Amino acid sequence: MALTYDLARAPDLSAFLRQDKDGTANLELLVKGARCAACMSKIEAGVAALPDVAAARLNLTEGRLSVRFASSKGDAGRVIATLDKLGYPATPFDPAKAVEAHDKESRRLILALAVAGFGAGNAMMFSVPVWAGLFGQELGPATRSVMLWLSAIVATPCAIYAGLPFFESAWRSLKAGKANMDVPISVGVILTLFISFVETFLNGRDAYFDAAVSLLFLLLIGRWLDHRLRARARSAAADLLALQAPAATVLGQDGLERVKPLGEVAVGERILVRPGERIPVDGFVEDGVSELDNALLTGETAPVDVRPGDTCRAGSVNLTGQLRILAIARSEDSAVAAIARLVEAGAQNKSLYVRLADKAAAVYVPVIHSVAAITFLGGLAFGLGPREALLRAVALLIITCPCALGLAVPAVQITASARLFRKGVLVKSGAALERLAEVDHVVFDKTGVLTEGRPSLIDAPAQALALAAPLARASAHPLARALAAEAGPGPRATDVLETPGQGVTGIINGRRARLGRASFVGLEAVRAGETELWFAYEGDTCVRFRFSDQLRPDAAQTIAELRALGLSVEILSGDLEGPVARAAQTLDIDHWRSGLTPQDKAAAIDALAAQGRKVLMVGDGLNDTAALAKAHAAMAPGGALDASQNAADLVFSGESLGAVSDSIRVARAARSRALENFGFSALYNLGAIPLAMLGFVNPLIAALAMSGSSLVVTLNALRMQGAGKA
Amino acid sequence: MGIILILAPISVAIGLAGLGAFWWTLRSGQYDDPDGDAARILMDDSDNKIG
Repeated sequence: MALTYDLARAPDLSAFLRQDKDGTANLELLVKGARCAACMSKIEAGVAALPDVAAARLNLTEGRLSVRFASSKGDAGRVIATLDKLGYPATPFDPAKAVEAHDKESRRLILALAVAGFGAGNAMMFSVPVWAGLFGQELGPATRSVMLWLSAIVATPCAIYAGLPFFESAWRSLKAGKANMDVPISVGVILTLFISFVETFLNGRDAYFDAAVSLLFLLLIGRWLDHRLRARARSAAADLLALQAPAATVLGQDGLERVKPLGEVAVGERILVRPGERIPVDGFVEDGVSELDNALLTGETAPVDVRPGDTCRAGSVNLTGQLRILAIARSEDSAVAAIARLVEAGAQNKSLYVRLADKAAAVYVPVIHSVAAITFLGGLAFGLGPREALLRAVALLIITCPCALGLAVPAVQITASARLFRKGVLVKSGAALERLAEVDHVVFDKTGVLTEGRPSLIDAPAQALALAAPLARASAHPLARALAAEAGPGPRATDVLETPGQGVTGIINGRRARLGRASFVGLEAVRAGETELWFAYEGDTCVRFRFSDQLRPDAAQTIAELRALGLSVEILSGDLEGPVARAAQTLDIDHWRSGLTPQDKAAAIDALAAQGRKVLMVGDGLNDTAALAKAHAAMAPGGALDASQNAADLVFSGESLGAVSDSIRVARAARSRALENFGFSALYNLGAIPLAMLGFVNPLIAALAMSGSSLVVTLNALRMQGAGKA
Repeated sequence: MGIILILAPISVAIGLAGLGAFWWTLRSGQYDDPDGDAARILMDDSDNKIG
């Protein structure tokens, strides 16, 4: 990676600039690693100091930097290079409309919650005297009437506003020919308001204005908790596309270099790819020798050599030499775009998942509504008069309000995710936890998940290491860097010359030395299936350094824990057979496959799903994103690509793989807690229904019963704090 | 009875004022970046540095 900003080499990022009405350009960047006040002032001051930047503001919560340029033209590449130098890698992104809409929804829910809270509190103020009147204290009919009217004036507009999210959702679901949880809520609230007005007109005592608003208040708490849980999830596909090189350097017929937006690169054009850049579209290598890092595309740990005639795929990183590529596919047809489409398909698949609360609603809605209808008709049949019969039916609807379903499940899930968050696991939606609890088979990617994902030197004698270190320090090659890291700081070789795809030579203590592949030091090339580097002084014996991707320290323990939880384990890797077989053997995993393409992985997940298995996919690379999106549940480590983190339901940070088994345990505990809450509300309803049918329910009892049951389910949810421990 | 007719609207009005204040904080984006705002208060304002 270039440390100094080089105008000629910077890709053209002008496609990410947004033009404002006042003629200035804006840029949105996702910044990684900003955590504290010091980072924030460093980033803002650093970026604002650039010429033609008018202002920079970092949103620390979301890790987003908004940059406003002084004119309609801005140099996005320079901002990114500056951030890179400060130590914060940044990617430009298009604040997709989905994100904005999401944010609006969140604000609307909070405002509805505030309005419902205001309405409930103030209506209650007028209800208390009326309730007191129920016990025969001195409350004249005139005063009661005034109280009820005041209550109606406050509660009705609040209930209508706060109820809109439910009414709209109910209407959508009815139009689709289904009945979700919002249907009984909407029917209940509207009927309650209606009957309360009638009662107030007729000077009766059964007005439930406060109940209608507090019902909405309690339900909105649940709705908002659920929404907040999902607020962190961003659009997976959008980020995946941001990962692609946004522009390509195209060589014209006249031999001039031109920077073109990716979408305009045509088949048959020649593209220049410099070391450190991503391959923009699929193509053939026409000229140049280099190595490609396919780790994120295929999961292969060892870099792949390319020479003229070889194909290379979009998204892999060119490591050492400059390449000239003949484009054989347009950007939309390239491998990365194909993965992006698979991810979208997977996400749609997941949205078909029926949540626990909706499953319960499918039973609850018809039962409660039939019972209410029976109460009304039965009341008429037993000679109750239409008003009394309707009152009893409405009381039944209010008292059996689905608070437990609407509040208890989100309460359990937010407690569970808070617990996991303290362990470094980020849960992206409540539905994700529900799916995770159902999992019976775990598929691991190898590179970066079971292993640490970076080559580290194995069993090298310290003497040999000290010999080769000066040359390794002078090289930019990833293997040489791993070697240098192992050796620590020290002297550097002089007169260093790096040969792309081959190795590096230089002078150490007056002798010319070589570090690189076997052929580079004059040996016959032997492909042993492992990553290696050779070192030799010219005309001297050669020393071999072997590299391997080490297993995470707690990988074996985690696999054992997963088996103890009754789950079967499998490895699907894009890496070569040798390393995968070794990892599988060490971890005692019988089922493993190697050399898989992203499409193979997704197909393998589909095949497992077709057998009725509920699969948890744990993966980190671009080659896993499609599988992550397709799996029943998905987890990604914090070191994974943004695209993979987005396709995953849960993201765990830190080096510990134990987060996988921990998360499954917590998810299962959350599931049983939610089921307990359903059981409790079923019991409660069994008791409440006869009371309402027999006419024992008055507004006071309805209010007490409603808040009482909500309190019980919430307290049960809080028991999650101690649950799920090993 | 008369006092209720005075006090009840006042209490509702106070509630409405609170609701309006909350609406204002929401609209002006005061909940958009809670972590950032918590950190920003610790940052030195370079323009006002003494000495």
